[in-house]
Amino acid sequence: MANYNTNEFKGGLKIMLDGDPHTIVENEFVKPGKGQAFTRTKVRNLKTGRTVERTFKSGESVEGADVMDTEMQYLYSDGDMWHFMDPKSYEQLAADKNAIGDCHLWLIEEAVCEVTLYNGQPIAVTPPNFVEMAIKQTDPGVRGDTATGGNKPAYMDTGAVVKVPLFIEEGEVIKIDTRTGEYVSRVKN
Amino acid sequence: MINNNWRPGASLDVLRLSAALRTCVRDYMSEQNVLEVVTPALSVATTTDPNIHSYQVADQYLHTSPEFAMKRLLAAYATDIYQIATVFRDGESGRFHNAEFTLLEWYRVGMNHLALIEDVSALMQRVFTLFKKPWITPEFVRYTDAVSSVCEKPFGETSIIDIERVFSQRKRSYPSAIGDDLDAALDLLMDEFVVPEFSDDGVTYVLDYPASQAALARIATNHDQIPVAERFEMYWGKVELANGFHELSDATEQRTRFEKELSVRALRGEKQVRLDENLLSALANGLPDCAGVALGLDRLTLKLTGAEQIDDVLAFSGRRA
Repeated sequence: MANYNTNEFKGGLKIMLDGDPHTIVENEFVKPGKGQAFTRTKVRNLKTGRTVERTFKSGESVEGADVMDTEMQYLYSDGDMWHFMDPKSYEQLAADKNAIGDCHLWLIEEAVCEVTLYNGQPIAVTPPNFVEMAIKQTDPGVRGDTATGGNKPAYMDTGAVVKVPLFIEEGEVIKIDTRTGEYVSRVKN
Repeated sequence: MINNNWRPGASLDVLRLSAALRTCVRDYMSEQNVLEVVTPALSVATTTDPNIHSYQVADQYLHTSPEFAMKRLLAAYATDIYQIATVFRDGESGRFHNAEFTLLEWYRVGMNHLALIEDVSALMQRVFTLFKKPWITPEFVRYTDAVSSVCEKPFGETSIIDIERVFSQRKRSYPSAIGDDLDAALDLLMDEFVVPEFSDDGVTYVLDYPASQAALARIATNHDQIPVAERFEMYWGKVELANGFHELSDATEQRTRFEKELSVRALRGEKQVRLDENLLSALANGLPDCAGVALGLDRLTLKLTGAEQIDDVLAFSGRRA
């Protein structure tokens, strides 16, 4: 992988830090007084998702990370691994528990996810922003109650628990925002 | 293909304010009997400062500040002078930096850096008044004292290890590439832990720079008998606006500093540059006792308009030029 000098830093650049691939979220050129210039950055660890501040001496060079985001279709899980397929090449890849993280809660077959590959291996999976799922179990609906704003837990096949309005019934299909895990609307058949 | 990059970064209002600022500066200088001068932007010599990078054009350099040429005028005519100059520094680009920027640089004969601070404040107060900003009595911070209070050690005993410890205790990132460059570590410490405490509404002067950061300033001893540079910087809020010196007039000392900087450049594997023999001859001939300061007018415009970045106050910053 190429090395990048701090003057080539920009948002989205993927670099190696402490042995892990990171993406630059923000960077700022700082030059106090007549002295040494620095580059202050916010970087996100692509394996853990954690964002930290990191300061570099200007002119330092940092190894680039062999990271790419690719859209893949979710196929199935065998319990240990989650299997995805590139819809163009039909190539299949398996992501482990660490790479999947909480994403498994929102995986339904054929969903197109963003899979982050590091050295060709999946290290992170981002589900679609919205998914539609059928409710496996919830308390019986309260008829006519569409306005009071109360809610109740609804359990999905994937193990996700979503707060839904009281009028929603078991077996209904709902739309969920995966970024917040919140109920968006009822999906009419 | 038509793109949107032809458009200016600054609004017409900002350009008007920037013009009014230059008029205000010229009025002040004229009242103070400071003569406006023009010196060349291209020179066969340039600064040896290892942290400032000059653009080379054929066998000449674009000036990074008009300082050397203005000092030759001072040596020749011993009179107060000022200049509004476009200067160029390679590699300086960011939220508060543009490689090409406007410096207001002026020199007062017979003043030291402390008297010059009064002069800078008089100009700033006038600018604040013109643009309807309440003028607050400036604050003063001594660099060496500030470092000593952050590190909880006398300045003279503060080492790189102490600075690294402060960063790790306060959970802030410290670049290991600093190595044994104490001045770089000190500057970063100031920027992380001291500057953020400066008042947003007024100006703060930083005094008593370590002798190792004297650049072209004289060196004296402070109240703790520590050698410090007779140098100051002015901040408005957290933004550095000006740097001033009680000017070094000793030609031999100046040559030694230039040569030391050239050896730092060699050590870092950076370009060697031609040092300014004309300046050294002028100093040898005799520079009057004087103090000088360079103030970034683009940044002053940024502060006056409340702009977020330097691109918003320039007609065309580097990325549009």
